[in-house]
Amino acid sequence: MTNSSPSSYDEMLDADGSVRAAYAGYCKWYEEQPPDLLRRKKSEAEAFFRRTGITFNVYGAEDAEERLIPFDMVPRIITANQWRKLARGIEQRVRALNAFLHDLYHRQEIVRSGRFPERLLKGNAAFLAEMSGFTPPGGVYTHIVGIDLVRTGEDDFMVLEDNARTPSGVSYMLENRETMMAMFPELFTRVRVREVSDYPRRLARSLAACAPPAFDASGGRKPVVAVLTPGIYNSAYFEHAFLADQMGAELVEGSDLRVENGRIAMRTTRGWKPIDVLYRRVDDEYLDPLTFNPDSVLGVSGIMDVYRAGGITIANAPGTGIADDKAIYSFMPEIVEFYTGEKPILQNVPTWRCSEPEALAYVLEHLAELVVKEVHGSGGYGMLIGPTSSRKEIAAFEAKLRARPDNYIAQPTLSLSTVPILAKAGLAPRHVDLRPFVLVSPNGVDITPGGLTRVALKKGSLVVNSSQGGGTKDSWVLDD
Amino acid sequence: MLGRSANGIFWLFRYLERAENTVRLVEAGFRMALTRDAKDASDEWRSVIVTLGLQELFEAKFGTEYTGPHVFNFVLRDKENPGNVLLMCELARTNARMVRTGITREVWEAVNESWMKVKELLARPVTETRLGDVLDCIRRQSTQVRGAMEGTMLRNEIYNFARIGSFIERADNTARILDVKYYVLLPAVSYVGSSLDNVQWENVLRSVAGERAYRWLNAGRMDPRGIAEFMLLDGRFPRSLAFCYSKLRSNLASLAREYGEEMESHHILRNADSELHALTVDAIFDQGLHEFIGRFIAHNTQLALQIQRDYRFVE
Repeated sequence: MTNSSPSSYDEMLDADGSVRAAYAGYCKWYEEQPPDLLRRKKSEAEAFFRRTGITFNVYGAEDAEERLIPFDMVPRIITANQWRKLARGIEQRVRALNAFLHDLYHRQEIVRSGRFPERLLKGNAAFLAEMSGFTPPGGVYTHIVGIDLVRTGEDDFMVLEDNARTPSGVSYMLENRETMMAMFPELFTRVRVREVSDYPRRLARSLAACAPPAFDASGGRKPVVAVLTPGIYNSAYFEHAFLADQMGAELVEGSDLRVENGRIAMRTTRGWKPIDVLYRRVDDEYLDPLTFNPDSVLGVSGIMDVYRAGGITIANAPGTGIADDKAIYSFMPEIVEFYTGEKPILQNVPTWRCSEPEALAYVLEHLAELVVKEVHGSGGYGMLIGPTSSRKEIAAFEAKLRARPDNYIAQPTLSLSTVPILAKAGLAPRHVDLRPFVLVSPNGVDITPGGLTRVALKKGSLVVNSSQGGGTKDSWVLDD
Repeated sequence: MLGRSANGIFWLFRYLERAENTVRLVEAGFRMALTRDAKDASDEWRSVIVTLGLQELFEAKFGTEYTGPHVFNFVLRDKENPGNVLLMCELARTNARMVRTGITREVWEAVNESWMKVKELLARPVTETRLGDVLDCIRRQSTQVRGAMEGTMLRNEIYNFARIGSFIERADNTARILDVKYYVLLPAVSYVGSSLDNVQWENVLRSVAGERAYRWLNAGRMDPRGIAEFMLLDGRFPRSLAFCYSKLRSNLASLAREYGEEMESHHILRNADSELHALTVDAIFDQGLHEFIGRFIAHNTQLALQIQRDYRFVE
């Protein structure tokens, strides 16, 4: 096995090159396998993915063909102890996010207390005036959250990003595990890994617990849950279909829906049938052409009125995007403390807000060392990674930054931890992050042990996004 | 289930059926062309194009000269033909993707794999040498989808809509094949007894994969009326109109049971099915084979539209 670059934390091997506790069971198994086993299994797995149609569409790619997200066969492993601490930190953070959202759309105590600047709400497109004074069913704003974590040391996990709108990737968490179990069944008899496969059931239960006031529970009826997708050309369509299928819910498009007797109803072969909980995978902006983007054909005209009148639950609630805005991210330590009265268990990555003159001056001076991101960007686009950019690229970015400083934040270039991948010449360390999936309902916060590990397949690269050459790994949380 | 899903599953199976029947038609044409002189071969290829309703498009591109490679490449993969087989497979898959939650993993994988194979096979022009393999492969793929469907799908409304799509399409295709070839089956004094008849008749049967079954039932004797009767009215032959309609009737009956009510389409179908059962081949020839088929195709289209309306396929 190869050593990683000395600067970043190698999750499998310690500085002496001996195997860390988390990987002990796996490495023992690995060494007993014939040398070409993983490679053979790799092509088997790819054929399997093609056949099952686990693909995503790349926005902006020249041919709109479906691509496979590369899957790496070496698992990413987290010990039971590490996970316990992570789970506590994630729960704390998610509770704070929900309390924060409720406050922003009601009394705005945090603004009154002077801990959070009002200017971040004014003119922020993610802050929806339509949500003011309204409490979603069960008081839940973020039914599904994905917390992006990076690791820089043994105990150093930091939150890179909160995904409070419509986090995706959970189908890969599930399919990656299925694939690993199909390819290496005996491995799972030797290493005890916690189960992830009941996520869809947990999701269905969690959504059903948030039924709206209009839900009619007579005769032991269960809430009707549906998944709203933009359609088969959306990059995450596979996931939408997968989750609907696994939950036994209908997969609907905007054109299947309309307002019917104060409810949102879907056109079935038997007529219009009301939906209680809509797990929407459509952005706020497209949700209701009457309220938001009038050109949208992906949403339902009038759904916001029905929602505010208690006729349907929308998950996640409209307007949650304000909580995962990158400009607000830098206030998360204060937010956590304000609403929970506790110190944050999970740290933020230090962040310079370029809207602040002092911070901007520092950032401009240190562009070559920093990562600069657009406040509203995602998918790894529109960002500058100082250390790997040319002088010309930095100069070009500087111009954009000077023109609109409040559109950017900057962070130090983190030396993300590495986990080995199966490269041409054997195992080789690559940088990873982790996105655990969190469900919130009136019954509590439910975190599936594991998540989606994204890995930058290019040597030295820090960009793990699937749209830019990233891959995924099965993520294991070990059982005690 | 969603009306849009019912529509998707209906069209998934229509496209699969259409692709398969188109391939059989090309296969029969190819076999005929191999055993003929240039003039007859060209006529045979022309009738393939006419059956598929592509005459105008084809002649706009190639003129009136019908050569094998032009015809089968046009039918299988030419982008200027909006009904090419590659596109049908793609549309079938797009519909399958849309109704992914309504079909089993096995059915989805069979459709997806089929599309991947067909796409690869048709990525470059098909030569006469390769044609046999290509056709064979496409046919086999649709058999696999059907197998996955039989073995894994719940027998519920989704299954019923799938079957209804298949049999509406199959009845239409069989009728169209007969319509173009009907003159071969008409009594023409000058041909009687010639070997040409036998080969042509057999080829009509081959287009619907019925030559073996027919020979077996009739101890090898070919007779045009018998062939027409077999393709139209024989309830044992899975590509006959009578068979398709009895399947449509049983699937629509299941829907009526499940939904607790009959729709307009049930009445239309019951009438059409009873009519088919009461008909004799002599009666058909008396009213005119061509006229009969023309009316049948029109009614079949009406039935499909009524089913789409009754079950809210579209708004």
